[in-house]
Amino acid sequence: MAEVTLRQVVKKYGDVEAVRSIDLDIPNNEFVVLVGPSGCGKSTTLRMIAGLEEITAGDISIGGEVVNDLPPKDRDIAMVFQNYALYPHMTSFENMAFGLKLRKFPKAEIKSRVEHAARILDITELLERRPKALSGGQRQRVAMGRAIVRNPKVFLFDEPLSNLDAKLRVQMRTEIKRVHQKVKTTTVYVTHDQVEAMTLADRVVVMNNGIIEQIGPPQELYHKPRTRFVAGFIGSPAMNFIPCTLEQHGDGLRVRLSDKIALPVPASRTGRYRPVVGKELTFGLRPEHVTEPHQGNGASGGDSNFAAVLDVVEPMGMETMVYFTIAGTEVCARVDPTAAGEAGATMQLHANMDHMHLIDPATNMVL
Amino acid sequence: MSTAAVSVPSTRAQTKRSSLRRSRRWALIASYVFLIMFAIFFLIPPYYMVVTAFKTDAEVAHMATNPWIIADGATLDQFKILLTQTDFLIYFKNTAIVTVAVVCITMVVSVLAAFALGRMKFWGSGLLATGIFLTYLVPDTLLFIPLFQIVKAVGLLNSYWGMILVYPTLTVPFCTWIMIGYFQSIPKELDEAALIDGAGHMQMLTKIFIPVALPGIIAATIFAFTVSWAAFVYPMAFLYSSDQQVLTVGTVTSLIRADVYKWGMLMAGALLAAAPPLIIYAFLMDYYIAGLTAGATKG
Repeated sequence: MAEVTLRQVVKKYGDVEAVRSIDLDIPNNEFVVLVGPSGCGKSTTLRMIAGLEEITAGDISIGGEVVNDLPPKDRDIAMVFQNYALYPHMTSFENMAFGLKLRKFPKAEIKSRVEHAARILDITELLERRPKALSGGQRQRVAMGRAIVRNPKVFLFDEPLSNLDAKLRVQMRTEIKRVHQKVKTTTVYVTHDQVEAMTLADRVVVMNNGIIEQIGPPQELYHKPRTRFVAGFIGSPAMNFIPCTLEQHGDGLRVRLSDKIALPVPASRTGRYRPVVGKELTFGLRPEHVTEPHQGNGASGGDSNFAAVLDVVEPMGMETMVYFTIAGTEVCARVDPTAAGEAGATMQLHANMDHMHLIDPATNMVL
Repeated sequence: MSTAAVSVPSTRAQTKRSSLRRSRRWALIASYVFLIMFAIFFLIPPYYMVVTAFKTDAEVAHMATNPWIIADGATLDQFKILLTQTDFLIYFKNTAIVTVAVVCITMVVSVLAAFALGRMKFWGSGLLATGIFLTYLVPDTLLFIPLFQIVKAVGLLNSYWGMILVYPTLTVPFCTWIMIGYFQSIPKELDEAALIDGAGHMQMLTKIFIPVALPGIIAATIFAFTVSWAAFVYPMAFLYSSDQQVLTVGTVTSLIRADVYKWGMLMAGALLAAAPPLIIYAFLMDYYIAGLTAGATKG
């Protein structure tokens, strides 16, 4: 059990800077997920914490001790890999016991630890099997067991669910959350899947191009993204971004998206946005906040309604995605299946402006 | 009408299937014809060896008898004389000592070298790996001249210990090459997992890599065994007294006197000399094939 601290950590491969001076504080027992697109530096960061990659500059501390020059075995961490990395010639029991044997634990203790971990992961009956006789999900459980038995200060997960099929991934996601609730150990988890990040994390760290874009609880990232990248990366389907200008309208403000569409800014935000009136900005609104008009729509009410000609209609069962364009930009809305029109038809839609975002295109920061 | 519409494509499908079956049958027939031809071609010498080894000297010398069958009854005389009245057992013992030592030295050197070259990336490791393989391409018929000077300089001329020194020049490069391929086919995460579990490099090698790469190691062992068991040029050049001689050269030099060939004993000797590699191949053939092909097929 320990906190993990990264201070101005840099990783360079020749001239390429994979991780650019990041700072991160992970308190004891927290489940932190590093998320971002391929090549954003999230796996490199995890591997630097593990000691599998040397750091170019900065400090990494585990439990208050700087571990920059410590080999992985002396950092008291355990890691679960994407492709399981089980030793193929050993049984599940031997795989889980290997680390303890190397550390010269007494046989009785090894046995009791492995059996305890096997009970937590429900793999007691698989202990005598070799990895090739196990399914993907079972292998991943054994790999987690190998981490648990060590009772390390920190768990590191490197995209552990990416090799599993969609159904199993959901099951194992719940399993990982359950194990963390039982074992309560500081955990750093890397994934490119934002759904995994949102569901598992106490806090999510969104990375892009080697820097940390934002750190925060899942709900905060969803509702209050700090940059355009975070706003677009978190949430599925992704947030709509439409070029706009902000204009004065009576006492209030309006977001002008096209000649025909201008949506009122909620009164609570006019103060915040007033300094940027007249500027070219980017308007952001999630598909789930563009719906069919109905009673109980946001404070702006009927002023936020507009008509759109539907280009594509995608029925998903409990909801329907409709796509249309506003001033040449494709926009997605999530509507009730009964309200959705046909492709080519004109549909009345409502923008819930309480959830709107304005982004400065020059800095890509959310205003 | 609908029947006709259905039956036309189904007839086409049947025609396609039967033509596929026919072409498969022809491919199989052609394969068998060539396999049988090759099997006969390669089995004739061992068959001749076995038949001749069990004949009497008189029958071997008798030009009128059919050389492909034992006409006067099988006898073990050739084996008895070979084992009791010649130095064959000394050659056998020398060969066994040399081979065991060479196999041990080769495996230790090539496993360690391959682990370092294949897994512990360092400056020039790729070039070194290629260099090692290139040395394998230099034939022993060229190498024995400079090696003669070296063996002489270290005082091992006319001693089978000299063979233990020089045979690894034939075995180590190829075995290292096989092992590099095998080690490289093992996923990188396996050593990372071992590192995190607390293994050092030697523990990683002995507890993870050697067991996982066992088919490759067995393939390399068989290769080293075969090469040192059957080596001819080096013992021919470096050994000249009978008590130091090995099977390949010893059998030939002691059983061929001028133009007198003791065919019966030569064949019996060849049969006994071929037995150990045959037995080893028979038991470990599957590992051998798996080991040789692993590097080629695994990512």
